[in-house]
Amino acid sequence: MSVSALSTRGLDKSFGSLVVAKDIALDLPQGERYALIGPNGAGKTTLINLITGMLRPDKGQIFLGDKEITALRPDERVKCGLVRTFQINTLFPHLSALEAVTLAVCERRGYAGSWWQELPAYGDAVEEAYAILVSLRLGASCYRPTHELAYGQQRLLEIALALATQPKVLLLDEPAAGVPQGESAELFSVIASLSQDIAVLFIEHDMNVVFRFAHRIIVMVGGRILVQGTPQEIAADMRVREVYLGGARHG
Amino acid sequence: MIASAFGVLFDGFAYGMLLFILSVGLSVTLGMMNFVNLAHCSFAMLGGFVTVTLTNELGWPFLASLPVAFLSAALVSVAFERVLYRRLYGASDLDQCLLTIGIVFVSVAVAAYIYGTIQQPLNLPPYLRGTVSILGQSFGAYRLFLVGISIAITVALVAALEYTRFGAQVRAAVDNQRMARGLGIDVDRVFAVTFALGSGLAGLGGALAIEIVGLDHAFAFTYLIYVLIVVAVGGLGSIAGSFVAASVLGISDMAGKYYFPELGAFLIYFVMVALLMWRPMGLFGRR
Amino acid sequence: MALSTVTEPQRYLAAQIRWQPIEIAFWLATLLPFVLTPNYLVLASQIAITALFALSLDLILGYAGIVSLGHAAYFGFGSYTAGLIAKWGWGEPLTGLVLAGAAAGALGYVTSFIIARFRHLALIMITLGLGLLLAEAANSASWLTGGADGLQGVRMWTLFGVFPFDLYGTTAYSYSLVVLFLAFLVARRLINSPFGLALRGIRENAIRMPAIGAPNPAHIRKVYTIAAVMAGIAGALLAQTTETVSLETLSFARSADVLVILILGGAGRLYGGIVGAIIYMVARDQFSGMNPQYWYFWIGTLLIAVVIFLPNGILGGMARLVRSERGRA
Repeated sequence: MSVSALSTRGLDKSFGSLVVAKDIALDLPQGERYALIGPNGAGKTTLINLITGMLRPDKGQIFLGDKEITALRPDERVKCGLVRTFQINTLFPHLSALEAVTLAVCERRGYAGSWWQELPAYGDAVEEAYAILVSLRLGASCYRPTHELAYGQQRLLEIALALATQPKVLLLDEPAAGVPQGESAELFSVIASLSQDIAVLFIEHDMNVVFRFAHRIIVMVGGRILVQGTPQEIAADMRVREVYLGGARHG
Repeated sequence: MIASAFGVLFDGFAYGMLLFILSVGLSVTLGMMNFVNLAHCSFAMLGGFVTVTLTNELGWPFLASLPVAFLSAALVSVAFERVLYRRLYGASDLDQCLLTIGIVFVSVAVAAYIYGTIQQPLNLPPYLRGTVSILGQSFGAYRLFLVGISIAITVALVAALEYTRFGAQVRAAVDNQRMARGLGIDVDRVFAVTFALGSGLAGLGGALAIEIVGLDHAFAFTYLIYVLIVVAVGGLGSIAGSFVAASVLGISDMAGKYYFPELGAFLIYFVMVALLMWRPMGLFGRR
Repeated sequence: MALSTVTEPQRYLAAQIRWQPIEIAFWLATLLPFVLTPNYLVLASQIAITALFALSLDLILGYAGIVSLGHAAYFGFGSYTAGLIAKWGWGEPLTGLVLAGAAAGALGYVTSFIIARFRHLALIMITLGLGLLLAEAANSASWLTGGADGLQGVRMWTLFGVFPFDLYGTTAYSYSLVVLFLAFLVARRLINSPFGLALRGIRENAIRMPAIGAPNPAHIRKVYTIAAVMAGIAGALLAQTTETVSLETLSFARSADVLVILILGGAGRLYGGIVGAIIYMVARDQFSGMNPQYWYFWIGTLLIAVVIFLPNGILGGMARLVRSERGRA
């Protein structure tokens, strides 16, 4: 039996009487694409914050492969290969896209502590950053400051930053949030072409996208996992219809 | 020994109450709008000088000058808020610090120009001078008055917060500004009123401070540090926090000066740094 | 690396950090006071020292985004260390300078563990508190520091065994200028390195940094220590060139002044502190006859005006002007 790329056991978190996560147990096998869906306030982003270490759980364990990472700091988890993107663009406004991705690459390669050599001398890091940007079709605009990029390009830059860390597990928090229907195709072709070595868990509201890309769906409601299964199973599940799919479509 | 310890405790508490009145406005407005108003003590200084002018130049009774100190500080703060502060609500912490430090510099210079650099004298009415004997202990009359007023103000503030509609709006705005706006609360108006009230209280505090710590042109600077300590340690947006922090700091400062005079202000800074390291959000802070 | 293997992105990055002609002109112009204003060399040396101090603050404020209201702690600590070394019999300037810088750096290193853990108001208050603590301690320890009277008996030997520190300030200015320039080269190198990029990342978005694997506290500790060394060296220069040290070097007033100077010139632009120092110190010298209250009135007004109209300082305003000119051309 192979070890999951990412797994959690009995994850609990409350803020006073508000339970945001209860007994969360999930297993994400290597190379798989899992979708995390649920109504607003279900605790999806909170779960990502717990897994990445931005929030400390009251109880429970988190494993990356066979290594327990529950006690590690967020940046240490990234070094182990666990990375996330943000639902709201969390970028470096005045750094150019090239500088931002180069920074991520330098952090990974351990160059970020060196203050004696000038940045252009680290040709390998710069080249790697540029290649990532080109693969996400940001090569032409990579010299412009981040705040000047179009919104859709900024969402791509979010992913570029994550890819620069060479993740084994990638957590995407609503990657297409705010991107109009017509433009999200490019974003999702990028996600579809992600390497099979990377396990992906993505939060999404657009059911078309979920059914297209996900191998398996996890449904969260009120801090708990309601049910998980293949897209067909979830589409047929009465409880899910009741709670989430029945009625207005999100998108 | 016990008698003097009790005396130090009372004097420290009275001093703490003064710090509370000076600081509570800043704590609430900082917690509500995250606007770093370092010129808060300039409004306090304004209140102090209004009282000095009214009582010394115009012969007003001391108690009558207090409401005027409150009102003038409140009104001037509204003017500043309209003209200058509004432009910087979205600006960085640093920019807000710098703008308001600039105002402090200007206010200190203006105060020196008009009133000179000496300590301002104050004629207290006879019933506020001397000591009063209660249960065999003698208490300074003015300090009793100060403690009385502070407790009255605290009760009024807490009651207003808990039981009035405006108070509920203030609590909502401090807790979660976006949500409050979403509920239809006019956060800008709530802030403007709270800001005026807080600055008015500072003005009152400045007037009350004259007898305890003195008033000179540099007041806006000197007491800024103590007010910031109370606010940072007590936690932003918390009246209870300001009350507790001000009491603790007032008593530590008095105790330090009484029992360890060589340490000077060392103790109060040390207590602040230590408390902040233990609770960086302040004792009652939320964020 | 052969030219043919330097790629476009590398060339872009290299162009960002190349020495501009105006920079070279600036540094050459710093030699002018020897020729044009030989009577003002003492002032010039004070300006160089203040510029170095402002540069050290720029590293933590302009580049890493740490707002410190207590940076004078390291300036004063370096000043007193250098002064005490000379007072106790070792008046050689260069070794005293290095030792003072190291001492300030050690203090910076120790305090950096505290600094790196906090942000926003708590951080501002802690830097203020630590600065005030040190100032109070120095005031109380008058057996060591001379208290309010200042440190007496600081006697410097000649520089390189040849150049005395005299009233004309020739040695003082040359010494301060060279130290400033060397420190500037180090700062420039640092800013243009991957570490400098990481600092800007922290300033731009401290939350994103750990999400790309960056250890913020480690980075902050490093830059804070370096800035403390630089500030300590500036303080040591002051002690050595004026042969005196006072409590003022540790005071909140000095921390506030250097903050105003840096903002005036423009933070995060490497030259902002130097430009701010020149303008501030020259103005203060010109208006030194003025009642000190009037001085604070104008500084206060200037500060308000800068924040509202020139938020990135003078250099920022100039950069905006250049950009809009280019846009029109």
